[in-house]
Amino acid sequence: MRRGFAILASVAVLSAPAHAVEPDEILADAALEARARAISLDLRCVVCQNESIDASNAGVARDLRLLVRERLVAGDTDAEVFAYVVARYGDFVLFDPPWKPSTYALWLAPATIGLLGLLAVVVVLSRRRGGAASDDLDAEEQAEFDRIMARKGGT
Amino acid sequence: MVRRALIALPLLVALSIGGFFWWGLDPARDPGAIPSVLISKPVPQFDLPPIANAGVPGLSKATLDETGAPVLVNVFASWCVPCRAEHAVLTRLAKRDGVRLMGINYKDEPADALAWLSDLGNPYERIGSDVSGRAGIEWGISGVPESFVVDADGTVVYRQVGPILGREDIDRVRRALQAEATG
Repeated sequence: MRRGFAILASVAVLSAPAHAVEPDEILADAALEARARAISLDLRCVVCQNESIDASNAGVARDLRLLVRERLVAGDTDAEVFAYVVARYGDFVLFDPPWKPSTYALWLAPATIGLLGLLAVVVVLSRRRGGAASDDLDAEEQAEFDRIMARKGGT
Repeated sequence: MVRRALIALPLLVALSIGGFFWWGLDPARDPGAIPSVLISKPVPQFDLPPIANAGVPGLSKATLDETGAPVLVNVFASWCVPCRAEHAVLTRLAKRDGVRLMGINYKDEPADALAWLSDLGNPYERIGSDVSGRAGIEWGISGVPESFVVDADGTVVYRQVGPILGREDIDRVRRALQAEATG
């Protein structure tokens, strides 16, 4: 029981999300720091491109974290901070692709393909149900069947 | 008719997805390459002091706006190993081909940069010392070395991520510079 609890506790601790924020970056104002962390989680590190700048240990990531905090302290809104970074690095640095003509295909493709697939399934199923020959015997076949059964029965 | 369309559908899906994979297999394609936002935009605002005792002045947006000729802005650092390799190419471009070379010394102690330049030679016309790395962020760099071709009136026209090494890189840079000189 004790051992199980210890294992559970260590797994819980070890699986906490990793972050690279160092003590000297943390702002004194807790609300601003919380906003900075939230914004950092949504910005891609341009060096380790699958990590957010919050999690990345790269030098550029640290610079961007400091930049985000600087802009927040200067009074920017979240949207302005994002705009500031995107102005220098482009849309690629956002983890959430923006809704723009160049990304319509990206956003709409999964739903569109899903709908097409669903349509195909519906069409195939409905045709099979409507067009397939009934398994029941029709009148002629029923009469033939009765005759065969009568002959067999009689013998 | 609908039946035939439905039979063709899986084939079409396979072909289009396969086509994407085929496009993705191109060895010349770099999936990690991020296009620069600066292309066709004016040089970002920055003003960097010179490296003390380097013998060349500092670099700022103002100087790049009035160079009167296309220039190559190279972001380098003494701790950057590919920059050492690139240095020979840059020196040749500057000395032999007359390319005007500007430098941004990124996140480097001026003393280290000075030692590095004394060791390898200084092909730069101007060097801005960006100790904090903030000017680098203005240029949108993700590491060193990176180089930009800036035309005569301060518009960025080309960006090279990584060292300028090899025939292809040098040709592309030359072409970008020449397009600006004649255009």
